Amino acid sequence: MSKIRIATTSLAGCFGCHMSFLDMDERLVALLEHVEFNRSPFTDIKHCGPCDIGLIEGGVCNADNVHVLREFRDNCKILIAVGACAINGGVPAMRNHFSLRECLEEAYVNGVGVENPQIPNDVELPLLLDKVHPIHDVVRVDYYLPGCPPSADEFLKILGDLLAGKEPSLPNNLLHYD
Amino acid sequence: MSADTKQNTITIDGQEIPFLAGQTIMDAALAAGVYIPHLCHRQGLTPHGSCKLCVVDADNRSVSACTMPAVAGQRISNNTPALNEVRKTITQMLFIEGNHICPSCEKCGDCTLQAMAYHLGMLDGHFPQFFQRRKVDASHPTIMLDRDRCILCELCVRASREVDGKNVFAIAGRGINAHLIVNSASGKLVDSDLETSDMAAHICPVGAILIKEHGYEVPIGQRTFDLHQVSEIGLEKTILTKARQPDE
Amino acid sequence: MKNVSDADSNTAGTTGLIHSIIAKAYTESPHLLHVLYTLQQQCLHISEEAVHKVAAHLDLPHSQVDSVVEFYSFFHKIPRGRYDILFSNCTSCGYMAGGVDLMAILGQRLGIVASNTRNDGLVSMGQTSCIGMCDHGAALLVNGMPIVNLDAAMIARIAALVEAEIPLEDWPSGWFQVDDNIRVSGLLLKDRLSAGTGLRAMLALGAADTLSKIIQSGLRGRGGAGFSTGMKWQFCREAQGAAHYVVCNADEGEPGTFKDRVLLHSHADSLFEGMTVCAFAVGAKQGYLYLRGEYRYLLPHLQSVLARRRKLGLLGVDILGQPGFSFDIDIVVGAGAYICGEESALIESLEGKRGIPRVRPPFPVTHGYRGQPTVVNNVETFIAAAHIVLRGSAWFRAVGTGKSAGSKILSISGDCAAPGIYEYPFGVTIRQVLHDCMAKDAQAVQVGGPSGTLIGSTEFDRRLSFDDLSTGGSLMVFSQARDLLAVIVNFAHFFAHESCGFCTPCRAGTTLLKNGLDKIAGGHGTRYDLDEMQRLATLVKCRSHCGLGQTAANPILDGLQRFPQVFGQRLVHRDFEPHFDLDAALEEARQISHRDDAAAHIE
Repeated sequence: MSKIRIATTSLAGCFGCHMSFLDMDERLVALLEHVEFNRSPFTDIKHCGPCDIGLIEGGVCNADNVHVLREFRDNCKILIAVGACAINGGVPAMRNHFSLRECLEEAYVNGVGVENPQIPNDVELPLLLDKVHPIHDVVRVDYYLPGCPPSADEFLKILGDLLAGKEPSLPNNLLHYD
Repeated sequence: MSADTKQNTITIDGQEIPFLAGQTIMDAALAAGVYIPHLCHRQGLTPHGSCKLCVVDADNRSVSACTMPAVAGQRISNNTPALNEVRKTITQMLFIEGNHICPSCEKCGDCTLQAMAYHLGMLDGHFPQFFQRRKVDASHPTIMLDRDRCILCELCVRASREVDGKNVFAIAGRGINAHLIVNSASGKLVDSDLETSDMAAHICPVGAILIKEHGYEVPIGQRTFDLHQVSEIGLEKTILTKARQPDE
Repeated sequence: MKNVSDADSNTAGTTGLIHSIIAKAYTESPHLLHVLYTLQQQCLHISEEAVHKVAAHLDLPHSQVDSVVEFYSFFHKIPRGRYDILFSNCTSCGYMAGGVDLMAILGQRLGIVASNTRNDGLVSMGQTSCIGMCDHGAALLVNGMPIVNLDAAMIARIAALVEAEIPLEDWPSGWFQVDDNIRVSGLLLKDRLSAGTGLRAMLALGAADTLSKIIQSGLRGRGGAGFSTGMKWQFCREAQGAAHYVVCNADEGEPGTFKDRVLLHSHADSLFEGMTVCAFAVGAKQGYLYLRGEYRYLLPHLQSVLARRRKLGLLGVDILGQPGFSFDIDIVVGAGAYICGEESALIESLEGKRGIPRVRPPFPVTHGYRGQPTVVNNVETFIAAAHIVLRGSAWFRAVGTGKSAGSKILSISGDCAAPGIYEYPFGVTIRQVLHDCMAKDAQAVQVGGPSGTLIGSTEFDRRLSFDDLSTGGSLMVFSQARDLLAVIVNFAHFFAHESCGFCTPCRAGTTLLKNGLDKIAGGHGTRYDLDEMQRLATLVKCRSHCGLGQTAANPILDGLQRFPQVFGQRLVHRDFEPHFDLDAALEEARQISHRDDAAAHIE
């Protein structure tokens, strides 16, 4: 039987969800019997090919996030929002309290210790959205895996369900937002 | 069933429950150990009926259990998949109209809104966030007011008036702009007569009103809702006692 | 810039002025809404300082005054212009009613953006919910005075008058002419009662027989809910209390309704007579007329009618020489809040609070104004009661249908040649009404306003009555040329704006419905979004605290059921559409970084 293909990425997140995924430790070995990774920080593959499952960590804060998210949605049969930031913007969304200009001026113009104050405008840099959004504001999301981060057990439970062809569900003792 | 017992019982999900004259459906249910989800209700304070988590169908009519008087023979649906779905949606509304960033909130693990969401199996906010900009009031030396997390349950409003004998809080504005205000000339907590020992300073079910310098004291795994389910009857009293006497 | 001492003396002057305004207003009427109205009118806003002083003068908590200021649409914490112009946004008398955006035209002429005050403080402009001028075309309020039958040419003249700072008194008086437009008269409108005749009949009957006459007439509340008026009065009469109150609900806020405006204008005597009859029946000494802020221009007229009635011995102590029968009526004017049409919210407002609907039970008949037994009835109900006392219950029952006795006064507006007031016996068909008002090609009728029922042409043989199509009196006609989705979107905005914010389903739900409909109407909705509307609308309808939330989703649910195509044709046939405009969300960043390259956009 061919392996289930999984892609993962971190948008406006901290890679903490990815770290938590790796907390599976030795259980990863068993998992890799059944799955293989496509685009992911684990593989360094740069673009997403056709996949069964896409795991998205982080919210959507800039134009590049939108493009990556769309690439995942286009290529993954099942898309899962992983962690607080993907689900409701999380800590990065705390900037939504301020206008984008206020944020940029604080960081690049008025902040403590800023030298040569100027707001970066290189065309290589993705432009920031005026607000940080959860990923379900931008694409259709199939499942949600809450937590900051979700524990390795949660990843295993969700992936286990999907591998078994079941509707994924989290038992109450695994459900947490922190 | 004899006519006598029928006089003073209601039926919740098929279970017959006695009640006393003047009791609401919620009063009767809690007294009998039957959990009806609720956020804005607290025994001892005037029932409010605003959060709508306690919606039940009484004789096929949707009512708030916390405000509806129990009436002999009432047949009530409570713990049904359909009603819990409604409650989940209402909880999602409470999440998306405010700014609830659980991982960074001091109340995390002790928050009744969060525990309610767990109880109802809520995985996401579902609706587009409103991203409202709400004001923080850090003026008071010992008490913090973060309106981002306020769910407008008015527990603090009522506790201040009915228990503390003060009138520190009120709701102003209309519709989605409704917000908690402080009854002082400056509108700031520091100029109000709120004290750390007031019930209003401790009753907040979410992280909107917090006692300063006590954040993250309890390690993950030992917080209220790490150890308890929101559906445990009488838990609120435990929470409040713990909050007011953190050393005990 | 002013120097410091100037600013100081200026502040002292303002403080003194605010104090004297409050003191004077308070002697006219101690009601919080009146004091705040006076401040708003004279200072163009209610400052923090004014809030303090009002709280001190009226001995109210600061937070209560503050929360009231923030609740009502006609109070502002930021100064409005010396000319404060508010366009109605109703589908019948709104700024788009004539097909052109009159607000945009005025904004252009005056150099002002909607809901703002111009920098020179001369003028502010904004929109407000229906102002009840629906049979008079597009309409606005300027400093509270209605101007009707607006068109682009008038807007140009208004702009010129404002720029020239011509006082309102010198504006063309014809503009302020609001006609009754009574097209069909029935039971109540045919003959005007001469003042006092009803009261004499009532005194001859005595209280108990007066009450039974009202019960026997089968009169039911004309506000729409249709509770038996006689029973309501009886419950109130039987309820124990230190005092009993009679309250007239003249907070006619349902878009498309204006019959109370006409009744207040031309049948005020009958109204006050009916309230007095009620007072006699229930044993009340004090009555209140709660008048919507949009009808404040009727206040001098209403007060003169009250004064005349006092002079004639029809109000006051020992009415018509009957020892011990004393009753008087005060008028309290609202300040822009549809929710105050809900009777318990109205009572809260009467008590000087935010208009938040109370938990019921207990009902106002036992626990109403100041916690005492209170009757709250509609304007039309009291007028009917006055007629019934004089003419008898059989006279009333002879008209209408079994369960819906008497007549119903309708406010008809929208796409018809003869908008105005029509009084019909209950049981009349929609088809008959449409024929009479000369609505040629109606595709739909909104019966009872946005909170009522939207019906299509296959249902035009349905009848107006409590057991078929119930209505508080609004009938809005929509022709084939109308974009029904735009109508439904308009109603969704109305409810989101008017939700009081008390309960979660209505507070968040009406805004979610509004946003979802905007997405669909903007051509960005999918089948999924539409299904969400259905689910959400059902929840808001079934689970909200009061009548506002329970009816707010009606236009959407009716629309989805009866006119699915108006939604369907706007849908995009994609799996998903983002919940916000991605490219627009980059605009701020483009401006800050001065970029406009391809990567600075998202398709």
